[in-house]
Amino acid sequence: MESTSHITVQNLNVYYGDNHALKDITINIPDKQITAIIGPSGCGKTTLLRAFNRLIDTVDGVRITGKVLVDGEDIFDPRADVTMVRKKMGLLSQRPYPLPMSIFDNVAYGPKIHGIRKKKVLEEIVEHHLKMASLWEEVRDRLHEPASRLSIGQQQRLCLARGLAVEPEFILADEPTSALDPKSSLYIENRFRELRSQFSIILVTHILRQARRLADYIVFLYLGELIEHGPVNEIFENPREERTREYIRGVIS
Amino acid sequence: MRSRKIEEAIFRGIMIAATLVVLSCSILILATILIKGLPAMNLDMITKTPKGGYYLGKSGGILNAIVGSILLTGGATLVSIFLSLPVALYANVYADKSSKLIAFTRVSLDVLWGVPSIVYGAFGFTIMLFLGLKASLLGGIIAVALLIFPIMSRGMDEVMRMVPKELLNSSYALGATRFETALKVVVRQALPGILSAVLIAFGRGIGDAASVIFTAGFSDRINFSLFEPAATLPLAIFFQLGTPFPEVQERAYASALILTIIVFLISIGSRILIRRYSKHVIK
Repeated sequence: MESTSHITVQNLNVYYGDNHALKDITINIPDKQITAIIGPSGCGKTTLLRAFNRLIDTVDGVRITGKVLVDGEDIFDPRADVTMVRKKMGLLSQRPYPLPMSIFDNVAYGPKIHGIRKKKVLEEIVEHHLKMASLWEEVRDRLHEPASRLSIGQQQRLCLARGLAVEPEFILADEPTSALDPKSSLYIENRFRELRSQFSIILVTHILRQARRLADYIVFLYLGELIEHGPVNEIFENPREERTREYIRGVIS
Repeated sequence: MRSRKIEEAIFRGIMIAATLVVLSCSILILATILIKGLPAMNLDMITKTPKGGYYLGKSGGILNAIVGSILLTGGATLVSIFLSLPVALYANVYADKSSKLIAFTRVSLDVLWGVPSIVYGAFGFTIMLFLGLKASLLGGIIAVALLIFPIMSRGMDEVMRMVPKELLNSSYALGATRFETALKVVVRQALPGILSAVLIAFGRGIGDAASVIFTAGFSDRINFSLFEPAATLPLAIFFQLGTPFPEVQERAYASALILTIIVFLISIGSRILIRRYSKHVIK
């Protein structure tokens, strides 16, 4: 287990001002699987996710202790290059936020930033990743239209393609289906199933059924503490902790 | 129940009255310059410079002031863009939301917004003395740039504050630096608002007389040199209105009409630009 883990969290504490949001988290995130972070609202799910790509840095008054090792390097080390850390992580947020540019430019944005200039190469990248997000057929004739004209479900797949285009190792998904209709949600879930062989996917969700049908590994947080983690069947069939059992049964929320 | 309906009717009345006051003021101003200015309007006004005796009623035009105003305000607007964009981007992309420096900057800019333009004229004049400049196009550009900088930067700041934080995050998440995010995401998202801030500042700058009276001077010739005095439309209006001759005073109104038309054309032009650039904006 240790050797295949790309993300290792060691004694991670996160404070927002006086609020101790994550309490001494230590965990290995398994490689090439879907890991679901579950727990009631305000338990620190999103905070943990955003620690992985250091988006947490952009929050005012945040203080972090402990380590997050990605491929063996501590990303909170002052010498770490934050843009390279983030390049390894594709992010899918609760609501899709396409960039204010065309569909094509949205997908090409990441590769361009990281130095790809040739138009031909960019065209290939855009087509390839739009296909991966299964959006290509719907947009192939209007690549240069504004991304804002797509439906919400299409926008979320565009954001997926955009994230994949920087060729990350991980996909971080923060309740990626919460703003979507059932059909679009299903689309995203199916993409995740296809992508799990190539990427380590970390999914924050408050939908237990989604965690159960999608995830291989479950991380349960409660009030900033890591209560329990393990393979999906173990957690859902046979939780060791009382609070996990209560949360899964819907007693606590 | 009845009192709520009366309340509604009263407020409706107040709003309609206020709208009418504003509307009728602009119509009255337009009508005044049209009625008084049109008789003096002719092709000479916009194609010729003042010849000898122009201010006594002889032939000529105010092309010198038209060219001067456009050059001066255009230059000042450019200078101000290069000052305002970094300020607005720093406040909204780089600085902490709770930054005291930024709060202080915003208050200062609001105060500067209210400083009378004659003070900018005097301040610009002091800078010119320091730099060893005489009344010139450059002097005018400096003074007007200072005058419109608070207007432009606060306008840009307000639209950039509306850019959702999550949009910035999606750019950071792809490994973009703050600079790339500022230029490629924030500026594009806020572009329509940035353009209108530039336009409002330009309109304020081109119509101001007090800031250019000491700094730009005046000249009856068309001048493209930064170091020579330049004529401006507000001053041309001021000088012509100040003469005792009715036909010259009419030309002042014609000049005002020209100034209004320039502002109007630029306003339409920028509206077309805004429509063109707002199609990418994420709502």
